Amino acid sequence: MIVARRKPLAEIEAVVQDCTQVLVVGCGSCMAVCQAGGEKEVEILARQLRMRARLASRCQIVDEITLPRQCDPEFLRPLAALVDRYQALVSMACGAGVQLLAEQFAHRPVFPALDTLFLGVNEGPGTWGQRCLACGQCILHLTAGICPKTLCAKGLLNGPCGGTKHGKCEVNAEKTCAWAAIYNRLEKWGRLELIGRIWPPADWSVVDTPARHGTSLAEESAP
Amino acid sequence: MAEPERESFPNAARAFPAREGASGSDRLAGRPVVVAFACTYCAYTAADLAGAMRLSYPAEVRIVQVPCTGKIDICLLLDAFEHGADAVFVAGCNLGDCHFREGNVHAKKEVARCRRLLREVGLEPERLEFFHVPASAASLFADCAREMTKRACSLGPNPLRATPAGDLGKKLALPEDLPPAIPPQDLGKLKTDRANQQKGA
Repeated sequence: MIVARRKPLAEIEAVVQDCTQVLVVGCGSCMAVCQAGGEKEVEILARQLRMRARLASRCQIVDEITLPRQCDPEFLRPLAALVDRYQALVSMACGAGVQLLAEQFAHRPVFPALDTLFLGVNEGPGTWGQRCLACGQCILHLTAGICPKTLCAKGLLNGPCGGTKHGKCEVNAEKTCAWAAIYNRLEKWGRLELIGRIWPPADWSVVDTPARHGTSLAEESAP
Repeated sequence: MAEPERESFPNAARAFPAREGASGSDRLAGRPVVVAFACTYCAYTAADLAGAMRLSYPAEVRIVQVPCTGKIDICLLLDAFEHGADAVFVAGCNLGDCHFREGNVHAKKEVARCRRLLREVGLEPERLEFFHVPASAASLFADCAREMTKRACSLGPNPLRATPAGDLGKKLALPEDLPPAIPPQDLGKLKTDRANQQKGA
């Protein structure tokens, strides 16, 4: 899941303060789950913006709407009939959603209300932890389901480094050393021989930006 | 009706000047508005008991009965301030006494979060507070009401009172997902020659 955090109110207010009509657009998937841009967060931001406008004696109308998803043009279609009423859209989606919204309604400025952080998992109420770099070359089957590229502070493929101490990381003594965790789990799996594997330098050339995935029309029509 | 509470808060008259055109029957004109969200199992009962015990507490307090403080939502608290409440407090059960196990713990967190949001907006977080008030603690409820009224008086009126809440935006609804049109009954059915002949005839 994509995890994000809301920007400070002052930062959001600064970009919309000149607009008299603003639409806050929420995203009901990842952003709702990580409590950053779902229906409730949209309502809170809209209320805060309205209160700020009143305190600053500004005439500003802030409407709100939450779409099931913002990273899919199909879900943005209902907005087509609405956007012309507004001078700006504030998107509470991840960076991908903000960009698609801006692309679909290029005649209206779209501002992000969130800082997109990482791909992660829920670790407890209101806490999320990064698990994946989206590097395009998954090796989790060889590292006992623990990604050293993400969880090792140094991103080492041939770990652990000399700084590991009693299973903890030298960069942050509170964090578990990813390679110590990999060793322990491989031991449980009975596949400890995998730890001896020497990895060549990672091939970052496969990390293509901007990356695309899916079958193109040309590929589909190819025999 | 005697209004002993007014004397208890000498700041009130200065901080909350009477609204122009307020009628004499509007007893609370020019006085702070304090909203109390009270759990029906504890604080609301305590407020009821305070009445039965003839304990006086400020008439500025407007009590909203909630089935559990777990019902409290940040938007509800912000709504009270948007509509001009000068102080808001949430009164729930003691820790471990919640009828719904941890509604009061949830409410306490919501209040703490809402205080941060208020600070961000530019309102004093002290305008919002959470209190534990057991059902038998009538005098404690009266104390909480007095404390929040005192705070409202010392902080002055909610600056949002100066502008009307009015129609400054709303939640828009997505158009309903309509089901696809129902296909004709004979769609996909093979037609026999006889049926075609009958149709042709």
